[in-house]
Amino acid sequence: MIISPRTPTSEPKPEVPKAVPFLVIDMQSLVIVAHGSHLNPDSATPTHTHADTIRATGAFDEVRTGFWKEEPSLREVLRTARGDEIYVVPLFISEGYFTERVIPRELRLEGWDPALWESDGISADTATLVASDIDKEVHYCGPVGTHESMTDVLIRRGESVTGDPSVGDGFGFAVVGHGTERNENSAKAIEYHTERIRETGRFDEVKALYMDEEPEVDDVTEHFESEDIIVVPLFIADGFHTQEDIPEDMGLTDDYRNGYDVPATVDGHRIWYGGAVGTEELTADVILERAADAGADIGNAIERVRQQTKPTTGAAGD
Amino acid sequence: MSVVEPTLSETQLAAFRETLADGEIEYDGLAAEYDADEETYHIETPDQQTTVSADGLGTVTAEQAAYITNWYFYTQQLSTEVKQAFCQWLELADEHPVPDRYAALESGVDREWGQLKITTTLSEDGTRHYEVRHVDDSDAEAAALTTHTDPFDARDIGTLDADGRYRPLRTAPSLDTGWIFPDLAADEVYEAVEAFYPATVVNWYRERRGELDIDHWRDEQDRQSGIYNLITVLPDEAVDWAAAACCDDSQCLKRREWQLSEDEPLAAEGGDGVFPCREPCSMVVAAGRQWAKLEREDTQTYEFELTPTEKEQLEEIIDAVADDELDDIREADVKNGANRYRVRYLREKRFDEHGNLSGTPTHPEDHEDEGHEDDDHDEDADHD
Repeated sequence: MIISPRTPTSEPKPEVPKAVPFLVIDMQSLVIVAHGSHLNPDSATPTHTHADTIRATGAFDEVRTGFWKEEPSLREVLRTARGDEIYVVPLFISEGYFTERVIPRELRLEGWDPALWESDGISADTATLVASDIDKEVHYCGPVGTHESMTDVLIRRGESVTGDPSVGDGFGFAVVGHGTERNENSAKAIEYHTERIRETGRFDEVKALYMDEEPEVDDVTEHFESEDIIVVPLFIADGFHTQEDIPEDMGLTDDYRNGYDVPATVDGHRIWYGGAVGTEELTADVILERAADAGADIGNAIERVRQQTKPTTGAAGD
Repeated sequence: MSVVEPTLSETQLAAFRETLADGEIEYDGLAAEYDADEETYHIETPDQQTTVSADGLGTVTAEQAAYITNWYFYTQQLSTEVKQAFCQWLELADEHPVPDRYAALESGVDREWGQLKITTTLSEDGTRHYEVRHVDDSDAEAAALTTHTDPFDARDIGTLDADGRYRPLRTAPSLDTGWIFPDLAADEVYEAVEAFYPATVVNWYRERRGELDIDHWRDEQDRQSGIYNLITVLPDEAVDWAAAACCDDSQCLKRREWQLSEDEPLAAEGGDGVFPCREPCSMVVAAGRQWAKLEREDTQTYEFELTPTEKEQLEEIIDAVADDELDDIREADVKNGANRYRVRYLREKRFDEHGNLSGTPTHPEDHEDEGHEDDDHDEDADHD
């Protein structure tokens, strides 16, 4: 059984009735919280898939999921978790309204203040607070989207969409964000990963593009010299934006209902459109990283997930 | 009494001895203690008292063995009190003593949880087995149903209804049929139910203990931010209409316990579900926001030219949609006002070229009726 190195010692163990002798051990729970949707059944799919991947590693005694728009709701997810150490990881892209306001409020994290993350918008780590719903401390982690390992997931998506584990030479890479329509740190996360991909030196060109502001994803071919361009939206789930707007705006298709080719040729460029990065299996790794950063003891689960989620096409990836 | 002849395994006996070494056992009709001086075990069940040596433990009567395997299953094999309580409820433990329960479990004890039919059975060592299927499949041959063994499959089964439509509300009475989990362990049946109906067991458990925390509509209003702030302007009477529209048993299997406030009950029926609804859900809040927008409109007097039957037909159409009966109206049942041909005929006769009923514009002062404005498709992405 896994013993967490950061067991809060001030909290008394729950009183166990004499005739009900449960084993008293430190149990670890992972709670993944996400947006979900009333309209789109695929919105929760990445959350469930990543929960399954992590569950299979056995790194946590249980993995629970909670949603803003689906069930169990953020209001009730913590009461479904039974761990002594509970790690809450938001499956969100940026630090902002949801991660700083909605989720802490709905989870009832007493004394929450975004300042506890000491973040500049992309550097949130973790805060440990009592959730009054369960009168127990939980570790509230920063969102997956601003964790450094999300860069690896973007690159992995580039590999999986091209079917080439060493893709890079001759390719441009576009990270796509929503833009500043919302008063969030969304653009910061896009810029952050764009720069990190650029620093690897692996691709000929790496650029950040946006749906609602310049440089716009609509003009993707104008922003790249490379004939081949990988385009990956930094979104959690596929939906209206990633499946309808962006493919049509880039000219991959006249009507999203007809689908599009990968690669699709636009203005003499081949566009390798990857869809929402959050659906990439390796995203499970980022969730694990977040929990590990908050003190979860997860053994070698990260390495195992990295191996497991490699595209089957790959022979010798990074 | 029971056909099942409970037998105690070495593991069970070891757990029994170890537990008694630490203190006495009192559980569900079983009382037992260890006398260290005499090195004997005293076992008391409602109809029997036995004192045996360690070696004699394996030879207790079937009835006492049943009490011991029952103790073992509930205290050693179930990891939480919630699961214990749920599994006890599944086998009607509150109503029958262990020997009667074991007899009943021989043929299986059925309980319904929402649209789930859960049947508990027993093996000789007291381990419970659970079968889960849709209540509407109660009489179906198991072989005619799709077999599942992974409790998390329940998540996918519950995602779409029989027509392939998305079920955003897991507790809507629209669970698809045709599947079966033939043999789940206790932890697994809990996970399956949790996946079908998230958080219902834990809320039911809190309620049983008198600890259900209810957040009423006004609490919900006060908590909102962003676009949902708008629900603060929803009139009180509209909350009643909303609860009647959304929370009726025909729409959701939870039993609504929230009211306008603790002191202001709603008139709408809360329903008869087994598990409680402790606060307005995100669907009600999202719909409430829409109604809050719509309720800001003032009423207006219109003049329509309709025959009495046509007026009634409009009412029939509304009823048919509200009660989800459109699929039940036969193609050629032209006596039904909501029949498609009847409705198409009415449209031909009473709509003008702009789609206005009886040619009456929605906004007479504007001449041009633009009709249906919809300023947001934000349901999927309310980020503000």
